Amino acid sequence: MGAIGIRDVRKSFGRTQVIHGVDLDVADGEFIVVVGPSGCGKSTLLRMVAGLEEITEGEIAIAGRSVNKLEPKERGIAMVFQNYALYPHMSVYANMAYGLKIARKPKDEIDRRVREAARILAIEDYLERRPGQLSGGQRQRVAMGRAIVRDPSVFLFDEPLSNLDAKLRVQMRLEIKQLQRRLGTTSLYVTHDQVEAMTLADRLVVMNAGVAEQIDTPLEVYQRPATRFVAGFIGSPAMNFLDARIAEGGDLRLPELEDPLARHPGASNHAGRAVSLGVRPEHLRPPENGEAPGFQLSVDLVETLGADTLAHGRIDDTRHELTARLPGTHKVAEGERVPLTVDASALHLFDAQSGQRIAG
Amino acid sequence: MIERRRGLTVFSHAVLWCGLAVVVLPVYLAFVASTHPLDAVLTAPIPVLPGDMFWENYTAVLTGDVANFGSAPVVLMLANSLVMALGIAVGKIAISVISAYAIVYFKFPLRTLFFWLIFVTLMLPVEVRIIPTFEVAANLALLNTYQGLILPLIASATATFLFRQFFLTIPDQMLEAARIDGAGPIRFFIDIVLPLSRTNIAALFVILFIYGWNQYLWPLLVTTDQDMGTIVVGISNLIQVAEAEPRWPYVMATTILALIPPVVVIVLMQRQFVRGLVEQEK
Repeated sequence: MGAIGIRDVRKSFGRTQVIHGVDLDVADGEFIVVVGPSGCGKSTLLRMVAGLEEITEGEIAIAGRSVNKLEPKERGIAMVFQNYALYPHMSVYANMAYGLKIARKPKDEIDRRVREAARILAIEDYLERRPGQLSGGQRQRVAMGRAIVRDPSVFLFDEPLSNLDAKLRVQMRLEIKQLQRRLGTTSLYVTHDQVEAMTLADRLVVMNAGVAEQIDTPLEVYQRPATRFVAGFIGSPAMNFLDARIAEGGDLRLPELEDPLARHPGASNHAGRAVSLGVRPEHLRPPENGEAPGFQLSVDLVETLGADTLAHGRIDDTRHELTARLPGTHKVAEGERVPLTVDASALHLFDAQSGQRIAG
Repeated sequence: MIERRRGLTVFSHAVLWCGLAVVVLPVYLAFVASTHPLDAVLTAPIPVLPGDMFWENYTAVLTGDVANFGSAPVVLMLANSLVMALGIAVGKIAISVISAYAIVYFKFPLRTLFFWLIFVTLMLPVEVRIIPTFEVAANLALLNTYQGLILPLIASATATFLFRQFFLTIPDQMLEAARIDGAGPIRFFIDIVLPLSRTNIAALFVILFIYGWNQYLWPLLVTTDQDMGTIVVGISNLIQVAEAEPRWPYVMATTILALIPPVVVIVLMQRQFVRGLVEQEK
């Protein structure tokens, strides 16, 4: 009942095109997170689904019918805004009931639905208060309550947790996830926070500069990023990129080093190609007993996080900078040279020009 | 004041009392004068304590039961002023809140031009356009009517401008949330915008009521019938009596009576917008 179809949707503001053809099929009940840096068009995409922005080109369908020409209220959606957008002069109850009141639902039905939503969100005690008398987390709940009472076929979330402090954000993130599971309502969630994106999503849409660079499950996006941008955006600390060249037999060489850095079986068909070699900090490790190290890392800076230690440095004193995430038990000092190695399976190869994934 | 020194407190209180005395003394003397017979007021030294003519003088001016007084009963003039001031205040607020709503929330061709047109009229005071306005009012047979007193003063660029600035501070998400809730433009206006403007409306009402109450030039021109005269014009008529000393106790009694409605409005509305300020939430 709540499937969303987005077909080659484009958006221009005046002459500036901000969304360059996005295709996305959301199954009923699915939780989709659209993630990307500021200005990538993710909020605009969401607002087009909501009906707050006109669709310049393409088609958006909700529950099988095209909504391009429909008003927001006719689309069967409910939206949670970043700043909550609660009506400050109305009580929590009135805020939640407002949409139903306009839709001329009978009083007892409104009452039942508002109280039911309040019970689900544990805000029954605040129903008579004004939004100004509530904390950030409570306001966030009311904003969700306002969405729930409408019993929509699609929930739209526009960075709903950005205004909360870090601890509350983690808690609300879990609550949103549980709530969505429980209600089974199709959800489209926009955020720039990759942790939110990874933890909430059934599938992720990674957007950059008005293009959906990759649409896939969080794990797949992490393990097999489709482009260099996705690889760099998802994962923390960010993936390391080295300007490398593929030599005969799939050897990956840095121009400054005599020995190949690694050998990648999938790369042998691309000999001679300039590539961006991606390796995640967490996939760099000290060689095991008897294993030859891939290279030495000249450590410039160490960040101790407790569980992990981040070592920032350069490969064999070249210009190639690298960050490695080592177990917290592994002692590293600044100025030291640390032998490191990486499994070929953990390497990502992207075309140096287009940034598209090549192999691996 | 951050420091809490005794000397400083005493000093600031002294300044406040001085300021208060400067403001209150004339009003007090006016009240004193209104409670004495005419000759007591005219002989030096002038009385500084209230006399015993309070009821006589006030009932006389209120009912107009004064020989050769040269004016309509004060009750009538007060009523006229009240109608005019309320009409101007309510009318100005109603028109400007609607125009500001149109300018802020609707896209129509030449929107900015219309806004600036309204804004430019700020630079034309009533006096500049008084002759053409009188001509128009006369042709529409508005002389000696309440409409004639109210309508020409009702358009307000200032209030439109203030409401526009206020509407611009209402977050866009409020409008979007209301659209998703299914509220059309009129519902959004009535359910969201007007309640949020409550404090601004209260403040403007006070200012505009006093503005209307204190109008002098326009009522003087547009009313010739004594029964349509306003209190402010009436007071000046009382002073300009031909070949006789003005009857100061009556003039002062009228003045004191003329003070009461604006004071009442301020006291009542002040409570209103202080409550509004306390409840303000963003």
